[in-house]
Amino acid sequence: MGTTEILNECNKIFIDQLDNESIILKRETTAADVEEWDSLTHIQLIVAIEKFFKLRFTTAEIQGFKNVGEMCDAIEKKLNSK
Amino acid sequence: MDFKQIKANLKKDFTGFKKIRVAILADSSTQYLAQAIRGIGYEKKLDIEVWESEYDAIDLTIADGQSELYSFKTDFTFIFLSSHKLKKKFYKTGSDKGFADNTITYLKNITSTISSHVKTNFLVFNFPNELDTVFGNFSGKVNNSFSYQQKKINLELMHWAQADAAISVIDLCGLQARTGIAYIDSRLYISSDAIFSLDFTIEVANNCVQVIDAFSGNAKKCLILDLDNTLWGGIIGDDGMENIQIGDLGIGKVFTEIQLWAKALKERGIILAVCSKNDEANAREPFEKHPDMILHNDDITVFVANWSNKHDNIKYIQSVLNIGLDSMVFIDDNPFERNMVRTYLPEVTVPELPEDPADYLVYLNTLNLFETNAYTEEDKDRTQLYKAEALRNDASRSYTSETDFLKSLNMTSEVKPFDTFTIPRVAQLTQRSNQFNLRTKRYTEEDIKQISGEHNKYQAFSFTLADKYGSHGLIGVIMLEKRDNKTLFVDAWIMSCRVLKRGMEQFMLNEIMQYANEHKFERITGEYIETKKNGMVKHHYRNLGFKADNGLWSIDTANFQQKEVYIEKSNK
Repeated sequence: MGTTEILNECNKIFIDQLDNESIILKRETTAADVEEWDSLTHIQLIVAIEKFFKLRFTTAEIQGFKNVGEMCDAIEKKLNSK
Repeated sequence: MDFKQIKANLKKDFTGFKKIRVAILADSSTQYLAQAIRGIGYEKKLDIEVWESEYDAIDLTIADGQSELYSFKTDFTFIFLSSHKLKKKFYKTGSDKGFADNTITYLKNITSTISSHVKTNFLVFNFPNELDTVFGNFSGKVNNSFSYQQKKINLELMHWAQADAAISVIDLCGLQARTGIAYIDSRLYISSDAIFSLDFTIEVANNCVQVIDAFSGNAKKCLILDLDNTLWGGIIGDDGMENIQIGDLGIGKVFTEIQLWAKALKERGIILAVCSKNDEANAREPFEKHPDMILHNDDITVFVANWSNKHDNIKYIQSVLNIGLDSMVFIDDNPFERNMVRTYLPEVTVPELPEDPADYLVYLNTLNLFETNAYTEEDKDRTQLYKAEALRNDASRSYTSETDFLKSLNMTSEVKPFDTFTIPRVAQLTQRSNQFNLRTKRYTEEDIKQISGEHNKYQAFSFTLADKYGSHGLIGVIMLEKRDNKTLFVDAWIMSCRVLKRGMEQFMLNEIMQYANEHKFERITGEYIETKKNGMVKHHYRNLGFKADNGLWSIDTANFQQKEVYIEKSNK
């Protein structure tokens, strides 16, 4: 799965989990840019992404993503090392 | 149900749902749990408002007399200490062999402090099991191992709940074993101090809502069973009695275990009924003759085997038992029959079943269909009670006049104030009765104890009814509030539907009027609060001769004519 594809899948998951059709994720998007994305929904999103891509983030990753791009990179790295 | 659906439910309209207030006191973060409880409550038409204590501040919260916990007027208080923190505390305090006792004392102090401010039901979470990480399996031989102390706490929690009506245990331990899912997400624990994984949080919330629902009077009362490939393997009409699979034959074990479960439910007070497409003689044969059958004719209160639609037959069963359709569970291996019943009788609970019969019971066990909040002496005899009722129905048909029939029953009723023996049953009646219930106020055992002690404010009566076919047990409750020295207000008037049309309500009226007269009250007033289910008593007070009076109903004691009844008061 390529970088763009991962971003697109994440976008779908965000739309689905946060119940907001208008979310458009970019690599530089942060939690501050998406209204429903708070510390509580963050976990919900993480769990949904983990289930979809069948992978598991570390605690440090969950706490440390600066933006969507970093999260996508982590996903890509994990998928490639499978 | 997943978290997305829960979130979606939170945005829905809860108008008209039953309002319930819940407080959670926890030593970990409970935001997910709180959201999940409210969201799942929506599915049961419950408007559950959840109040959470400040994170990890149980002691401070309860010590503060001004705490929101006390002004919130919570119906249920969940006390949730996490096994993580329990374990930490255990090792920090030096693996003390008195640890379990101290923990129980700590929990008891919490509940008694709260009880001194506000009346509430306590639901205390127990602690999931784990293999001891210090002693390993040897921990069983060591009384100061964590594993031993933790299991001792779980056992002591049950002893406490058995002795104190206000305490119930939420069986986290059992839930964890059943779901078998990773219940801890250490990443959540580290980043937000929430202990459970999101998936397990949903299971816990679901379980909590089931308990709240049972406390709210929505417990299941009847299990309706199909026969072929549900209670035994094979088709009795085609295979014959010798070839049906039960006991050691084929996959008979599975069906034996389903029957054992049904039998245990029956002993607990769940009414069993059979609803099968069969010739009745064929269907009954195994119950009478098959040596491996666990269930016998005596266990089944209503037995329906014919070729009519199952939904018509279930409606018939409901009319015989006189209980709500929403208190019935129907189990059938046939998807077509299940869907028909779901379509025509959506109130009936019809579990989907797995494809493989070997998985039936495993699956049914995950549903926790028969959650309850009470277990009384009467429950054990319920099947007998309903069987006697069937005999009475037969007898009533042989009399042309209702009066003659009522006279023939030789009815007696014992009338007395509440006492320690009757309080659990009285509380149960207030919680479970939906139809013959004038105000549908629910009371816990604690409430009832308190009311029965306040002699200057309340006068309460319990009524039993017996006749020549047997005893109905305690079937009626009236609680009178002394509003002033002239007026008695009927705070609760509840009667079991098993004793409709016996003149019981007239008898009850005679009794309270006599009390009012003897104690110089001038009138009794009553109120009807309409619910979806109590339409049958809409005209109760009018029928008994009360007059409408500013939204209430009133009857004067002067000139009251005793109602004619065929029930004798007994003083055994």
